[in-house]
Amino acid sequence: MKVRAQIGMVLNLDKCIGCHTCSVTCKNVWTSRDGVEYAWFNNVESKPGTGYPTDWENQARWNGGWERTKSGKLQPKQGSKWRILANIFANPDLPEIDDYYEPFDFDYDHLKSAPEMEAFPTARPRSKITGERMEKIEKGPNWEEILGGEFSKRGEDYNFEGIQKQIYGEYENTFMMYLPRLCEHCLNPACAASCPSGAIYKREEDGIVLIDQEKCRGWRMCVSGCPYKKVYYNWSTGKSEKCTLCYPRIESGNPTVCSETCVGRIRYLGVMLYDADKIEEAANAEATTDLYDAQLGVFLDPSDPEVIAAAARDGVPQDWIKAAQESPIWKMAMEWKVAFPLHPEYRTLPMVWYIPPLSPIQNAAEAGAIGTDGAMPDVKNLRIPVKYLANMLTAGDEAPVVTALERMLGMRAYMRSKTIEGVTDEGLAERVGLTGRMIEDMYKIMALADYEDRFVIPTTHREQVEDAYDLRGGCGFTDTNGCSGGTSKASLFGGAKKALKMPSEVM
Amino acid sequence: MHNFLFGILPYIALGVGIMGSIARYDRDPFTWKTSSSQLLRRKQLVIGSSLFHVGVLIIFFGHLVGLLTPIWIFDAIGISHGAKQLLAVVAGGIAGVMALVGGGMLFHRRWTDPRIRQTSSFWDIAILAMLLAQLVLGLGTIFVSLGHLDGHEMVKFMSWAQGIFTFDGAAASYIADVSLVFKLHLFLGLTIILVFPFTRLVHMLSAPVRYIWRPGYQVVRSRRQKPANPAE
Repeated sequence: MKVRAQIGMVLNLDKCIGCHTCSVTCKNVWTSRDGVEYAWFNNVESKPGTGYPTDWENQARWNGGWERTKSGKLQPKQGSKWRILANIFANPDLPEIDDYYEPFDFDYDHLKSAPEMEAFPTARPRSKITGERMEKIEKGPNWEEILGGEFSKRGEDYNFEGIQKQIYGEYENTFMMYLPRLCEHCLNPACAASCPSGAIYKREEDGIVLIDQEKCRGWRMCVSGCPYKKVYYNWSTGKSEKCTLCYPRIESGNPTVCSETCVGRIRYLGVMLYDADKIEEAANAEATTDLYDAQLGVFLDPSDPEVIAAAARDGVPQDWIKAAQESPIWKMAMEWKVAFPLHPEYRTLPMVWYIPPLSPIQNAAEAGAIGTDGAMPDVKNLRIPVKYLANMLTAGDEAPVVTALERMLGMRAYMRSKTIEGVTDEGLAERVGLTGRMIEDMYKIMALADYEDRFVIPTTHREQVEDAYDLRGGCGFTDTNGCSGGTSKASLFGGAKKALKMPSEVM
Repeated sequence: MHNFLFGILPYIALGVGIMGSIARYDRDPFTWKTSSSQLLRRKQLVIGSSLFHVGVLIIFFGHLVGLLTPIWIFDAIGISHGAKQLLAVVAGGIAGVMALVGGGMLFHRRWTDPRIRQTSSFWDIAILAMLLAQLVLGLGTIFVSLGHLDGHEMVKFMSWAQGIFTFDGAAASYIADVSLVFKLHLFLGLTIILVFPFTRLVHMLSAPVRYIWRPGYQVVRSRRQKPANPAE
């Protein structure tokens, strides 16, 4: 057992209102620069839809993530190491910027500088790459917002796999949900595995996956390797960039910008302990439907004395173990089993999990006629087909999704009965496999969602690895080369090298 | 002048090329990159880039082995100068045409596609033009070489190149009477070495061969100076 800690995230899709505050605040902080105008480290998609970049979920097209070969080996779907190197001159799986969208701005200045004209001046679009006029905008960061566009296009959604989808194009049967997406900070990141330079790494202390900008050479294999298409090539700097999980904030115990600003309070951050020795085995589970369970098996119970001892031995700080015990992620993923990984079939063991959304009851007009299972409606009658959610969250296995939805419905019924009728219905809690206490805990964390319940983030322990004396005169955080003291150990031009301790590779 | 161009310039070019590359790698690693433009335009790149790179790599290693392997080694393993000349003409010719066609596609794309043109730096365009000119000159030498397939001209260049690396003061004199096209080819080649560290060409020095030997697939970094389990 090799215990490591990971900052995980859960998004409660049941409460997402699709306001895009997460995307906008993230953009303002991280990608309002040349070369990444088109990149959204966090974006919110309306589902069903093909998403951003178009059709990203379809790995038959993009070859992202991992595959289990016929001989039972785990390797990136875009190919073994030799194959990746062979494609280095021209990557056949790399999306073009038009698969995202051509970034544009508007001629706002024309609005005030235009001469007197018959018609009102307008602000017309202009490409952010070439600076040339764009006659027609064909695509944007959220082109299918609130089911924009015809169903025949949106219906290409990969999650319709195995569903008779035609009926969902009809007005009466329409359903929709929001899916906010960011880097999954996977336990088995395919981007890192695909990087020929070894520039992408996972941090031992908190599991955040980062790209070393000084080591990245722009071979762009990570862009195609990531099945979530959450690594972006900066065409201006020639380096790849990705969500950093706002590590400067996380290190100081603050939530990421997207989480902090989420007005629906749908985001949770917490520590998960996992067994690094089990990762390969879990990611290589034979059937894709086993991957969800296999990932649950990688997590370690932070209240198990054996795990605590092993964690201390492996250098996980005490307050991190304590945070893991209070982790909202652990509760939602492991205790209540209401949160699921996004597309576990990509075999990356993602660490941003989702609580599936409830939806209105189908045929509400005939509400009296539908089967109500005691005090709760039957999840089969919900507008969003369970199969659709299962394709998204459990590689198509409906049972765990049904359980989660039932538990959420159970929580509502239990709390309604308790607060309105003054009756605590322990039998109802039992029927969904919980207890009244657990439901009240669920209610506190998932429904009330107070700040300190949502974000249980221990600060990082730089003091154990860094001497602050060496940091004097440093220039702080930068994403270009402003601070580089050089890469070699010796000093090229005389004088003493700064004794900065950079993270070094371990396995 | 001849002595400066082929007796002294090689040392300046190699000096600037090597020192410049080291300085850039150490002081400004953020700028060390391939500068791929595939994201902006895939068209013409997939075929163009593959042809260009494969062709250029064959030519590069062909020159390296062909010029710097001591002549006695060829004699010892019984490869006649004529046979080596023929091999150089055929292999170099095929690779040269590949690289020229691929490079031509890349240049056309870079020059005419507004997305690539607008995002190109001066050196992005200049170095590609230099490489293309060098390919044309290199292919042009074939016509001269066809006139003396016995390989005695080639031996002159081997003597010159090896003379440069063994600090032979008379190196330049070995190629005093060669055809002008060879001299232009050599001069442009030295110029490319000279500007090498200031262009995107540096990415060839970080060809990711270590990837093949990198254990496993995952990379984990720690701030701790000694990993928790040094044995693992």
